[in-house]
Amino acid sequence: MRVTVRLPGVLRSDCGGARTLDAQLADGATLGDLFEQLAAGYPRLERRIRTEQGELRRYVNVFLDGMESRGCGGLAAPLRDGGEVYIIASVAGG
Amino acid sequence: MTVLLAIGTGKGLFLARSADDRRNWQVSGPHFPMTAVYSFAIDTRRRPTRLLAGVTSSHFGPSVATSDDLGETWDEPEHAPIAFPADTKAALEQVWQLAPGRAGEPDVVYAGVQPSALFRSQDGGRSFELVRGLWDHPHRPQWTPGFGGKAVHTVLPHPTEADELLVAMSTGGVYRSKDAGASWEASNTGIRAYFMPENEYPEFGQCVHKVAQNPDRPERYFAQNHHGVYRSEDAGATWSSIADGLPSDFGFAMVVHPHRPEVIYNFPLHADGRRFPPQERCRVYRSEDAGGSWSALSAGLPEQPYYASVLRDAMACDDADPAGVYFGSRAGEVYASADEGESWRLVAAHLPDVLCVRAAVVD
Repeated sequence: MRVTVRLPGVLRSDCGGARTLDAQLADGATLGDLFEQLAAGYPRLERRIRTEQGELRRYVNVFLDGMESRGCGGLAAPLRDGGEVYIIASVAGG
Repeated sequence: MTVLLAIGTGKGLFLARSADDRRNWQVSGPHFPMTAVYSFAIDTRRRPTRLLAGVTSSHFGPSVATSDDLGETWDEPEHAPIAFPADTKAALEQVWQLAPGRAGEPDVVYAGVQPSALFRSQDGGRSFELVRGLWDHPHRPQWTPGFGGKAVHTVLPHPTEADELLVAMSTGGVYRSKDAGASWEASNTGIRAYFMPENEYPEFGQCVHKVAQNPDRPERYFAQNHHGVYRSEDAGATWSSIADGLPSDFGFAMVVHPHRPEVIYNFPLHADGRRFPPQERCRVYRSEDAGGSWSALSAGLPEQPYYASVLRDAMACDDADPAGVYFGSRAGEVYASADEGESWRLVAAHLPDVLCVRAAVVD
């Protein structure tokens, strides 16, 4: 299956300036599988999103087709063919 | 002579240069906007000089960037320069200290980090490995976070003894290794931990804020503690108070003159419970006899009431002769002295809170 990852402007320099990335994944793949694939192709981008222990950084939000991932299984959340994954910096800071 | 002054702030890095004996400064930045730059190193052992910046995005995490053209361009590896191995189950939160190694080891750089750990690079700071001996120390479960976090904030490689190293952490205190980091001993004899009700002089657990050393006197260290200012004349084995003559023994910074090992600088704050400069006056204190006596330095500094503090790495000397002295405050002001502290000039104002400063002659 294919999913599209949409990136915030601040992270685009970590993947050659792309606004979106298309990922080809096996059927049944999860959000964690997507990040593993990103880690292989764009390690600097992936480490902005997850810690070295594979956990989603606290102030990074990931939306799966409009649902914030922490509310629908986190890294175990299933992806769907044609789905969209939004990476968004949370509203935090001063 | 051109002097580079790096100013790490809560929202990015500013670089100032002076080519007229530190009278006027050209400031650029912010580099790495919206990252906290807690650590910086100007590694003059290398040709060209390498700059290293420890940057932390509150959203996208910590990293280390390097520049070999004095900050014109920056590079950051694809893979995390500093990362905890999987078995530690820890994740890097912040790089508190970037410390070049000995003069004869130009590729060695140390990083003190949060959570409390030491990393070592053998490629000039592009990639680091965890120093297991400190991470596996049996005291580690009892090290606790200070307000700023639980971090190794001071790393001092011995200038001549290849296997000797000193680190300091808050809280935890001072630890020394004599076998290149394989094993470590707590080294806090004489440092008071007034906040420990059962034993104010424990083996470890002190809240040491900063330790400094001049390479020409490697057996001598100076420490600014969470209440307490100390000197060691036996390579850190024991510590004695040098706080007499200061208006307060609380503060964060401690800096040693680069050419005169008996000259030190700090920036006292009134007390733990009142973290303003004593009498609300902006004053640097200097001792020219290794802490035997102190004098206040304020020519050119603000005369109106001053309420900002100077953090542990926000004071530094350059390596010129006469030495320059620099400090930045949480009010976003940076001051420089080209005459070893006798007089001061404002370098920059209205910056974000200053977390660290470092300076060196770069050409």
